Amino acid sequence: MDMSEKGLIITAAPHLRDRVATPRIMQVVFIALMPAALCGVYFFGPWAAINLVVGVASAVLWEYAIQKIWKFDITISDGSAALTGLLVALTLPPAVEPWVTALACLIAIGPGKIVFGGLGYNIFNPALIGRTFAALSWPSVLSAGYVAADGITAWKRGFDVVASATPLGLLKTGEIGATSLSRFYGPLFFGNVGGSLGETSAIALLIGALFLLFAGIITLRIPLVYLLTTAGLAMLFNQDPIFHLLSGGLILGAFFMATDYVTSPIKPAGQIVYAVGLGIFTFMIRMFGSYPEGVAFSILLMNCFVPLIERFGAQKRFGEVRNRA
Amino acid sequence: MSAFKEFKKGLWAESPTFAMLIGMCPAMISSTAVSNAVGMGLAATFVLVFSNLFISALRNMIPDKIRIPCFIVVIATFVTIVDLSMAAYLPDLHRILGVFVPLIVVNCIILARAEAFAYKNGVVDSIADGLGMGLGFTLAVIILAIIREPIATGKILYAKDFGFEGIKLIPAKFAAALVDKPVGGFMTLGFVLASINGITSRSKKAKQASAACAAKEV
Repeated sequence: MDMSEKGLIITAAPHLRDRVATPRIMQVVFIALMPAALCGVYFFGPWAAINLVVGVASAVLWEYAIQKIWKFDITISDGSAALTGLLVALTLPPAVEPWVTALACLIAIGPGKIVFGGLGYNIFNPALIGRTFAALSWPSVLSAGYVAADGITAWKRGFDVVASATPLGLLKTGEIGATSLSRFYGPLFFGNVGGSLGETSAIALLIGALFLLFAGIITLRIPLVYLLTTAGLAMLFNQDPIFHLLSGGLILGAFFMATDYVTSPIKPAGQIVYAVGLGIFTFMIRMFGSYPEGVAFSILLMNCFVPLIERFGAQKRFGEVRNRA
Repeated sequence: MSAFKEFKKGLWAESPTFAMLIGMCPAMISSTAVSNAVGMGLAATFVLVFSNLFISALRNMIPDKIRIPCFIVVIATFVTIVDLSMAAYLPDLHRILGVFVPLIVVNCIILARAEAFAYKNGVVDSIADGLGMGLGFTLAVIILAIIREPIATGKILYAKDFGFEGIKLIPAKFAAALVDKPVGGFMTLGFVLASINGITSRSKKAKQASAACAAKEV
């Protein structure tokens, strides 16, 4: 993720040099995701723990294997593969069969990242490529992986699981109505509600996000504009904005994936355009799409637009004269 | 001899799918299964051979300014023959390929060969070119289908028209449905192209290296 090493910074000089390097950023993000991961393990039981381990381990293994076979430099020590694996596991259902997690990690690392030339060159967020491939390839296996989030009871059940619908799924099928959803606020905030492994507890994600903010890894611009756009649209369409903010992968996506250095715009104005686009796509897919959740799709869609967004408002080179011809 | 050369170039060196990257729509839709690939490939080859033959034979009568409509009329005749015969004898294949059979009319490969080759060359050469390009397309979609079909459905050589249930390779549960979609087709095409380029560049390098060695020894 460190762009200064790749010569990719496109702002004018002077540049500050810092000792922050890729492995350190990856470590901090990894630690920031731990509260959400632990919450997922607590609420969903042993399968969640297995999937997290499978995700991280398989992503590192795939990266090592692919780079070994094609005789590339082996980059597993920069920690990005482990982080990708963790994010894949966090965005998949908690009790999904572990082979899905492992194959999603293969897609994330191979076609998602190494095909483009490795970290820093990928157009799309690798973890979301893996997750989306799995979601579109094995939809029935994935929907069987959403289980009840009842903490201690889930652990007592062990490997037997109780299927459970996600709040957004219920919203899509029209089982809970669109307004006065305040009874969901508490569960969505603390985490005892069905959903993907890492998105269950809003408070755990926000603790991690605060940690990232204070560590200076991310800025508030993209997540805040993203969340506000989604909430604003929800109000416009007479939906419950707080329900939309807390449910699904919105907080996880906004703080941990939309802010990915490689696949988001560098310039502030571009970041705002990007975040507004994310909010619009997310809400439109939730509201009118055939899938209940649209965070993954909207981040991938906006990733496509990043090179285009970056072209607007490019800095003038010093001494450049407009319309010289 | 030159007719054989025109035939050979379409198979690999100037393969419409792997070298010129034209005619992607039919390639993506028909490479989901080997039987579809064979059906689509042979249908396109038939149209290609006969449209090349007729356009080449008529090339001195077709006015230059309206040549494209003339090509379309010739091509559409043969596409209609293929479409109706397929509907009659291979109904299931016809159902799967659906609108893509009539769409052969505007297939890039056929129009490109009519415009770039048949309109300028003799009848024998044009037939050879059409046959080579058609079989090159067939070969390419079969290669894509051999990769895509087992990943997308778990079995290979499924052909309902011939009562063939296919050979099971992996359990249906693991079959990745996305590979069946155009997205998966383009990903497969990308990997195949990368492999082809990798192999050809490696053999080229080896040739250059051995040539350099030979030059030194002399």
